[in-house]
Amino acid sequence: MLEGLLTGLATALTPINIVMVCVGVFAGTFIGMLPGLGPISAIALMIPITYSFEPASGLILMAGVYYGAVFGGSTSSILINAPGIAGTVATAFDGYPLAQAGKAGKALAIAAYSSFAGGTIGAVLLLVAAPALAAVSLSFQSAEYFALMVMGLTAVSAFAGKGQFLKGMLMTVLGVMLSTVGMDNSTGIQRFTFGQLDLVEGLSFLLLAMATFALSEALMTTLKPDETSDSAEAPGQIDFGSLKVSKAELREIAPSVGRSSVLGFFIGVLPGAGATIASFLAYACEQALAKGHARRQFGKGSLRGLAAPETANNAASTGSFVPLLTLGIPGSGTTAVMLGALISYGIQPGPRLFVEHPEVFWSVIVSMYLGNVMLLILNLPLIPYIARLLAMPKPFLIPFILFFSLIGVYLVSFNNFDIYLMVGFAGFALVFRLLDFPMAPMLLGFVLGGLLEENLRRALLISDGELSFLWTRPITLTILIITVIVLLLPLVRSGRNL
Amino acid sequence: MLAAFLLSFGIFVGQTHAEPKLDKVHFLIPGGAGGGWDGTARGVGQALTQSKLIKHASYQNMSGGGGGKAMAYLIKTAKRQRQTLMVNSTPLLIRSLQKVFPHSFRDFTPIAAVIADYGVFAVRQDSAFKNWQDVVTVFQTNPRQLSVGGGSGRGSMDHLVAAMAFQAAGVNPKSVRYIPYDAGGKALAGLLSGETEVLSTGLGEALEQHKAGQVRILAITAEKRSAAAPDIPTLKELGYDVTFVNWRGFFGPPGLDDETVTMYTQVFEKMYQATAWEQVRERNGWADLYKPGAEFYAFLEEQEKTIGELLKALGFLQ
Repeated sequence: MLEGLLTGLATALTPINIVMVCVGVFAGTFIGMLPGLGPISAIALMIPITYSFEPASGLILMAGVYYGAVFGGSTSSILINAPGIAGTVATAFDGYPLAQAGKAGKALAIAAYSSFAGGTIGAVLLLVAAPALAAVSLSFQSAEYFALMVMGLTAVSAFAGKGQFLKGMLMTVLGVMLSTVGMDNSTGIQRFTFGQLDLVEGLSFLLLAMATFALSEALMTTLKPDETSDSAEAPGQIDFGSLKVSKAELREIAPSVGRSSVLGFFIGVLPGAGATIASFLAYACEQALAKGHARRQFGKGSLRGLAAPETANNAASTGSFVPLLTLGIPGSGTTAVMLGALISYGIQPGPRLFVEHPEVFWSVIVSMYLGNVMLLILNLPLIPYIARLLAMPKPFLIPFILFFSLIGVYLVSFNNFDIYLMVGFAGFALVFRLLDFPMAPMLLGFVLGGLLEENLRRALLISDGELSFLWTRPITLTILIITVIVLLLPLVRSGRNL
Repeated sequence: MLAAFLLSFGIFVGQTHAEPKLDKVHFLIPGGAGGGWDGTARGVGQALTQSKLIKHASYQNMSGGGGGKAMAYLIKTAKRQRQTLMVNSTPLLIRSLQKVFPHSFRDFTPIAAVIADYGVFAVRQDSAFKNWQDVVTVFQTNPRQLSVGGGSGRGSMDHLVAAMAFQAAGVNPKSVRYIPYDAGGKALAGLLSGETEVLSTGLGEALEQHKAGQVRILAITAEKRSAAAPDIPTLKELGYDVTFVNWRGFFGPPGLDDETVTMYTQVFEKMYQATAWEQVRERNGWADLYKPGAEFYAFLEEQEKTIGELLKALGFLQ
């Protein structure tokens, strides 16, 4: 491994590759910041340019764009409640309330530190454990994925505020229902498409998140301007840009960051899970572990609630390189595009990669350390300026948010229908929010619903309709037992309090 | 010597004379950036511009409706799409038979099929199946014992190819236990994790894993052995009379005149000789498959018939 590391260092630290990391993370941050536009399209369009490069340089560039986008995606989530990419939707849950409370600079700084920690710890794990973890990821079959998604659904309690539990459940069910729209993969039958071609491929998670968060929030602010007038009145008095994070706060988030990086990395390693699910699970996990006052802070501007998903999504994006590099299996859309690019360079990721092309394998990993440091250096000085965006008077800020959200969604699909759909959902979301329904559980249901159904049906197909896979497979059983414990824990706790 | 000089001069003149007849080709891609259709259109476009067969190529991604969105658009705007080529492949036939969208290849002007991929069947390296015959034997004795994974839904390509191969072995294709995954990579993970026994996929998606020794490809649905993997036997030589080709090709808007069609087919014909194409093809591991105009149309009609019968046998069509 030491030899490999040296090869990696020698390749990654050539001037051209250092430039690639720079360009990659810079472009990635920018793409991530723009609401909607994600790394997949950016990388796909970049591939033809990379044909003239060395394969290692090409992959270093693409990887930089990917984790750069995950890093930068938090900015718009925190500032305007519009997720930059799907992986940073959960960042908005606590990041946006923090920014609204005048702590935008602090929130952005914590997001940057967490992203850095997640990315770096992920890169360490990638370095030391990639082949071993690849083997572990292959012990996950449909039954295990199903159990994992069930466990994820218990997170609904994390996303619903006090007294909203029933409403939260209802919204989760709504989310699961929305995930069934489109062509059913198991039978090829169209569900809830109403003969609309635009609905055949299902609803886009990003569209839903933008409509229910960014758009409906902007509309809400317009409807109830009085509630927010306090902060809008004296923008000069609040220092939006203050980066200060106290020692106590760092101590508070440190354990969350540690747990979330490991959790996020492992979820990222599983083909088919990815950064979005990792961020939701990390958020839920932290909420379940938090006690008393800290627990009630979740959803209202908890620092842990911000740090957890931000760490996990970066760790997961690093983790997704494990199946790509060691098995040649793309676990997500972005890594699928990268696999295509690698093959066209004449490089086949897989078990032979670090024998045949050690310079590619090791230099990408080394470049990730470099990239994460660069991202931190690039992002921190910018925060005070970006955060001042919020000092903009609401009458100017809101059209700006609406404009970027609509453009962002349009840029993903180039389809007018998506704009109408988004406005429609924003309208619904507005009504629901006025009735005090939480939106996050719907997104949770939507994210997990598709995989939940797909894996359950596949597990049933494989077991020939028997439900025995729920208790005969050790990993499945373990996950399900943990799920039950998580569900019962609050009851036990409240019982003790009585 | 002089003759040779004149000849080369002649060729030179001839080449400059063959200025691109086509000024501009606009590629309409019915899927998102980074997908198979996208790669085909951009690869072909690049080969055409680099070999100076056309001056400009532009691209437009329009995903939605499994490709139906772009089709509806091309039909609606046919009058101003004379320079547009839509990329498509075998799923077009399957989806139009299953009425995912109301269009079929007849609604467009088929220009040419340009590249081919073939179906293959792979097993894990440590699998008890040593050859395709082993798989068939197990399947014939107890079809329920054998799970076949694929990277697309039930009734779509990977499933149909598997059904076709087992049908040729004399078993009811309906008894194939097909396990759908939503992407080729996940289906491969499913095979490696031991969830499925056999993987039905395209050669391009499993070739490198085969070479790396992760999986063994037991059979290919091509007419002849593939140059890229000469060690893989065809189903035909194993005694099962079945072939299947997943074509990728181009369509013009409805009612495109013959003259323009000929112009396009000539351009594609020349493309095969270009070194630029050689590079693009090599890079992507594609196999040439040239079927221009009328030949393409006849081929599509026949493939539609085969697939239609299979879908009926499988109970997907009435």
